[in-house]
Amino acid sequence: MASPRGAIERTLAEIGHVLEQSLFAETLSRRAGLLQALDPRVKVVGLLSLLIAVSVSRNLWVIVGLYGVALGLAVVSRVPLSAFVRRVWFVLPFFTGLIALPALFMTPGPTLWSLPFGLVVTRTGLLTALFLLARVGTSVSLALLLIWTTPWNTLLKALSVLRVPDGFILILAMTYRYIALLLGIVDDMFLSRKSRVVGRLSTADERRLLAASAGALLGRSLQLSTEVYLAMQSRGYRGRPRTLDTFSLTTRDWAWAIGLVALAALAMWLGQLGG
Amino acid sequence: MSTWMVALRRGGWTRLGVVYGLIAAWLATTAMHIPDGYLSPITAVILYALVIPFWYRGLQALRKQVNARSVPMMALMASFSFIIMMFNVPLPGGTTGHAVGATLAAILLGPDIGGLAVSIALIIQALFFGDGGITAIGANCFNMGVVMPYVAWWVYQAVGGNTPLTASRRVAAAAVAGWVAMTAGALITAIEFGVQPMFFTAADGTPLYAPYPLDVAIPAMIFPHMLVASVIEGAVTALVIAYLQRSNQAALQLNGAAPTGAAATGGLSYRALWIGLAALIVAAPLGLLAPGTAWGEWGSDEFADLGLSYVPTGLAQLEGVWGAPMADYEIGFLGNASAGYVLSAVLGIAIVVGLVWLLTAVLARRQTTTP
Repeated sequence: MASPRGAIERTLAEIGHVLEQSLFAETLSRRAGLLQALDPRVKVVGLLSLLIAVSVSRNLWVIVGLYGVALGLAVVSRVPLSAFVRRVWFVLPFFTGLIALPALFMTPGPTLWSLPFGLVVTRTGLLTALFLLARVGTSVSLALLLIWTTPWNTLLKALSVLRVPDGFILILAMTYRYIALLLGIVDDMFLSRKSRVVGRLSTADERRLLAASAGALLGRSLQLSTEVYLAMQSRGYRGRPRTLDTFSLTTRDWAWAIGLVALAALAMWLGQLGG
Repeated sequence: MSTWMVALRRGGWTRLGVVYGLIAAWLATTAMHIPDGYLSPITAVILYALVIPFWYRGLQALRKQVNARSVPMMALMASFSFIIMMFNVPLPGGTTGHAVGATLAAILLGPDIGGLAVSIALIIQALFFGDGGITAIGANCFNMGVVMPYVAWWVYQAVGGNTPLTASRRVAAAAVAGWVAMTAGALITAIEFGVQPMFFTAADGTPLYAPYPLDVAIPAMIFPHMLVASVIEGAVTALVIAYLQRSNQAALQLNGAAPTGAAATGGLSYRALWIGLAALIVAAPLGLLAPGTAWGEWGSDEFADLGLSYVPTGLAQLEGVWGAPMADYEIGFLGNASAGYVLSAVLGIAIVVGLVWLLTAVLARRQTTTP
């Protein structure tokens, strides 16, 4: 029996979702906000230090405090708060929440609450679940700040500050670009197929169709890679990437870089004090 | 302080079942993308360190195979991997699931280049879409971009042997490779989760990262994957390989391994796999030396209960296999319970690797005697 929404429809919906997400990020990254105005290298270094501070903290309040910082940065960067909070806290309970739930009862420790059916919530269990949720939620929020306030091509160029080799950055950039193109191709493939089908495909047919689409897509990708190479060659590419590095740090950038890293260092120190 | 065992017994085994089902359901529905916050920074750094040599190796292989064309080729293959991960594959009963696609990438491009393509797709997911953690990029790339492709390639070569590219045996080999690779990836992921509460706890013993120990994490990851995700990975790989056999045989020769040359290439990746596994085993005890953790807080009796006493009766015999020698280590000559526990993890890996090796050796021999 076919499902109410078949695999093809779900794949199409997912493709739409990915395109929508990158468009959303593109739009936000062009708004006039605080993070958008900063040099991308400052953002990469600053937000990654905060991410590391979240990762090493042994104190729950420090993590909560850093979430507050993330919220504050979102506000001054004109990131819509509802989307920022929803994206993290509406999704998280279904994934990390579900995985953390059994830990409430399964972690040995002093009893906090006794529930019916012999379920015992331990203090340790509650703490460990809160740690996991807070850490994941805050980390995702910080990552979103970076993604939503930086156009993808500048973000990639900024990676060079982390000593990522130029060749690797070029591959990442081209991959991102061609993901968009291939998504369009797959979207067309599935839509055109759907428009020629009356009724529902059986599960086995859907599977065959998906496999055939994947195979066909591979063929097109290979063909494209040859064409892209020829195009690059005709424009003077000789196996070595050259990038136009137009970044320059202003006093304001320096101030924020120092501020964010200092904040992260403070949080790391506070986080080691334990909770 | 009560132990896991006591905590579990207090509510009876039915509760364990409910709890287990919850974890299992969750883990079966997600791909193995680890978000930020599940792994301690030390684990994350170790996994970054483990994965970087493989990226380098992949880039070298790419340069050797396609030279100047390598950049567009890699970009397109990574994009392809990204999109394959988005395909919803219909399952019986109306639900759908995702394949990782690492097996397909490994079979088509070889484990070095294929693994790199998967890794780049995973990096893009983490950096631009927030799927999978940024600190966990090393872990995710190791699990899906190193372990899976190498295991897949290894199994595919062993089962597929020297048969022609269009042999139906290669379709079967692809299915087996997908299943084994996904299961191996899930096992490694589970070990990464499982070591967290052993080493990274607050002063009072509260686990700070993924909360479940090995004896919960491994069965909770492995069994649902064996039943669902691994099956999807195997089925998708086999179906695509079958399609390519019918309509695009050139794509099957991309990895540069002609049917006769398969053994030689297989040997190379064998070695890489062993290096990777050895590194993992070496890295596991490194966690012990990590400063600032309160692992010494665990009494040896707690460790015994944590690791040994609770082995759900329905579990595979494998659990018993690696539980038993551990008991000796612990009471016997090592004295240090946590060291024994790490050894048990190492032993577990060794047993799994040994079994797979035996299986493939037997299969390979059978195949050379009856061509």
